[in-house]
Amino acid sequence: MTSRVIRYHWSMRALHWAMAALIISMLSAGLAMVKSLEVWQVALLSLHKSTGVLAAVLVIFRFVNRCMLPPPTLPGDMPNWQRKAAHGSHYALYVLMILMPISGLLMQYFAARPVSVFSLFNIAGASSADIKLYAVFIMLHSFLAVSLIALVALHVCAALYHHFIRKDDVLKSML
Amino acid sequence: MTQYLSALLLLISAPVLAQAPTVTAQQFVDLQQGDSDYPGFRRAHAKGMCVSGQFISNGNLHSYSTAAVFEAGITPFVGRVSIAGNNPYAPDLKAPVRSFALSFNADNTQQWRVAMNTPPVMAVSNPHDFYQQIMAIKAGPKAIAEFFAAHPESEDFRVWKSSYMPTNSFAHETYHSINAFYLVNENKEHQAVRWSMKPANVTPVSVERFTGENALFNELQQRLANAPVVFDWEFTLAAPEDDENNPAKSWPNTRQKIVAGQVVIEQWQAQTGGPCDDINFDPLVLPSGIQATKDPILRARSAAYAESYRRRAIESLTGQVKEGRDD
Repeated sequence: MTSRVIRYHWSMRALHWAMAALIISMLSAGLAMVKSLEVWQVALLSLHKSTGVLAAVLVIFRFVNRCMLPPPTLPGDMPNWQRKAAHGSHYALYVLMILMPISGLLMQYFAARPVSVFSLFNIAGASSADIKLYAVFIMLHSFLAVSLIALVALHVCAALYHHFIRKDDVLKSML
Repeated sequence: MTQYLSALLLLISAPVLAQAPTVTAQQFVDLQQGDSDYPGFRRAHAKGMCVSGQFISNGNLHSYSTAAVFEAGITPFVGRVSIAGNNPYAPDLKAPVRSFALSFNADNTQQWRVAMNTPPVMAVSNPHDFYQQIMAIKAGPKAIAEFFAAHPESEDFRVWKSSYMPTNSFAHETYHSINAFYLVNENKEHQAVRWSMKPANVTPVSVERFTGENALFNELQQRLANAPVVFDWEFTLAAPEDDENNPAKSWPNTRQKIVAGQVVIEQWQAQTGGPCDDINFDPLVLPSGIQATKDPILRARSAAYAESYRRRAIESLTGQVKEGRDD
């Protein structure tokens, strides 16, 4: 088969893979840093916060980009429920990518902890801590993190299903 | 043959066995929490009282650190005095350690939290050994003696402990940073320091009130009703041969000392609902001009404090907090 694969615009592919790397490393860092008492924990925590702010900026670009550029259409022979699941999970991923950094920043804000962004500048915390609002946002941040892990796993499984079982161009369109 | 083999195996595994097992933040806080069930309270140093006042800087540290706190002038603080232990209603005079924590918030992008205790050094130099030490303390005097015998690095701590006499007032104790930090100036020069807050106005204790389970807290309240409580904030500068990453090793007394100013406690508030209650006094919340050393215990404090804070935050939100008996 030599038919040409219709791929996502290069800017969408670049943003997709850059954010994939950021999100997977931030989720792993998040899971490690809430447990570890090792010397590197503090450095990892500060890197997690900095990359979180970077990801928040990237997701804005990505969202605008996605609104402006049409994505390749899904294969015509896909069952309707799979089509709906694909679109629904993509929307959910966007919602999570936007809410993760917001909830993370707000939990730091209400713990009255400034967030240093790559040691370039600090995002202010509240002038006095509010432990109940901190609790709201840490619970939200944790819940969203678990949801994001589940959704990323589903997303990866779906991509592999398209490539190896359906043998269509869905994965290739993002490569 | 099997004998040789097992000897060889033992030899290979010895370095692994000799190392203290790795502990997580959750295990650490579980141990501190123990069987005590006081939702909403800190897991360590649960019994405390909010204090507030100001730091009057004399500007002496300004050339060592760019932190705004050290410019000549006044910075207000919210603080907390507390005693060691997981019980917010424990008798004051039985606690082996007393503490003083401060939160400076001159600017919302530059917070500084300070958490100090009465001992000047730790008995051990990493969090995993510290976990074993707390286990030994819980097990009793024999276990502690064995622990200290197995940890010669605890010598400086034991020397301090044998000479330390608890006073009858929070105002008469000296509080130590224990861990070292770097002061960083405009030229990015790093100076390792430890600090202590030393009583500056020692006045007699009002003896008739110095009784009961809340002896220390009552004494401080009584004292503050009459006059502010003042400490000199003294910094000790490390020499190149001092190891700033080892919290168990004290530095020679001959090291240069600089008094940065006076910390003045003016008021107190009950901790439940007080201004210090929602604060996590994580000593790694630092402003620019002050940096953490690689001291493994200092680094571990942040994650352990965070776990305690998460637990009590969620308990506060979900209304599990029992009605305070906060005096």
